[in-house]
Amino acid sequence: MLVTYFVRAVPFTLFRRKVTNRYAKAFLYYVPYTVLTAMTVPAAFYATGSVAVAAFGLFVAGVLAYRGRGLVVVSLAACAAAFAATFVLQWLS
Amino acid sequence: MMSEESQVNPVRGQESAFDRPGRRSEWRDGLRCGFPIACGYFFVSFTFGILGASLGFRWWETVLISMTNLTSAGQVAGVRTIAAGGSVFELALSQFIINLRYSLMGISLAQNVSDDMSAPRRMFLGFGITDEIYAVAASRRTPVTTAFFLGLMTLPYLGWTLGTLAGAVLGDVLPKTVTDVMTLAIYGMFIAIVVPEAKNSRKVLAVVGIAAVISCLMYYTPVLKDISVGFAIIVSAVAAAALGAWLFPDVDGGACRE
Repeated sequence: MLVTYFVRAVPFTLFRRKVTNRYAKAFLYYVPYTVLTAMTVPAAFYATGSVAVAAFGLFVAGVLAYRGRGLVVVSLAACAAAFAATFVLQWLS
Repeated sequence: MMSEESQVNPVRGQESAFDRPGRRSEWRDGLRCGFPIACGYFFVSFTFGILGASLGFRWWETVLISMTNLTSAGQVAGVRTIAAGGSVFELALSQFIINLRYSLMGISLAQNVSDDMSAPRRMFLGFGITDEIYAVAASRRTPVTTAFFLGLMTLPYLGWTLGTLAGAVLGDVLPKTVTDVMTLAIYGMFIAIVVPEAKNSRKVLAVVGIAAVISCLMYYTPVLKDISVGFAIIVSAVAAAALGAWLFPDVDGGACRE
């Protein structure tokens, strides 16, 4: 928590000049996406009881995200899809 | 989203007599802008509350984490590290990397902050720099005042806290099948952020692909497997981003979304 706070507050307080180094800028630009990816893959596949269920839910999320649907829609859909898949799997076994 | 007074003067940074609405209306502007963010946050933090419960945290622990952090990516990484028994150093380092972009946002925001934002105030308000809050504040055409920023932070902070509370409490109550599936929601959100950007930009796609590959390597290969969660995330994310910055350094540097 402390780290989060300091990382946000200190530069905001100190720096009034713009960051121009393009490598630094690019790095900071990529970081959020790489972090989110690193956290999702492969952990998300094991988030539910079965990899197949998770994979299906994530796949649906991916498709909807690709089509530009918003945060809430995509995650709700992921849950709904996984939920449906769980039942299908149970019914099949 | 702008009060009538500020519409008189559309050029960024220029101040005129019309242009200093009272503190009260700045505050209200902030609240109004913050409301949609708050709704989104309620949902996001709800899923975080569920995740925390499923990892074994007590409800008040999860809520405390949310109240002191206000970042979904950072919190997810944090609880997973703690649950896996990671060291404090690992936790601190992963938080540092994940939140590093807020440094950049803080720097850019500081360019357009009004004179009433003294250093102590910035120290306090800096806590509220999240992606959405930053995006709204950065698009503000008049210098950002303390009143506005404070108003802007308020509702999202409430939404975030209450959402976590709801999720954490319900996490204990709902059956396991339901909570299992809901943990997918946070990952769904991450996907909702990464995919559109990767679709727009080949560079992002490549960099994200690299991150995915490295992360999988860290997860599956025999030696690397033993590296704990927190470090694995850091290494994958930093390596991929650094590689990207080195190979594809020309980006817009636009505001990211969380």
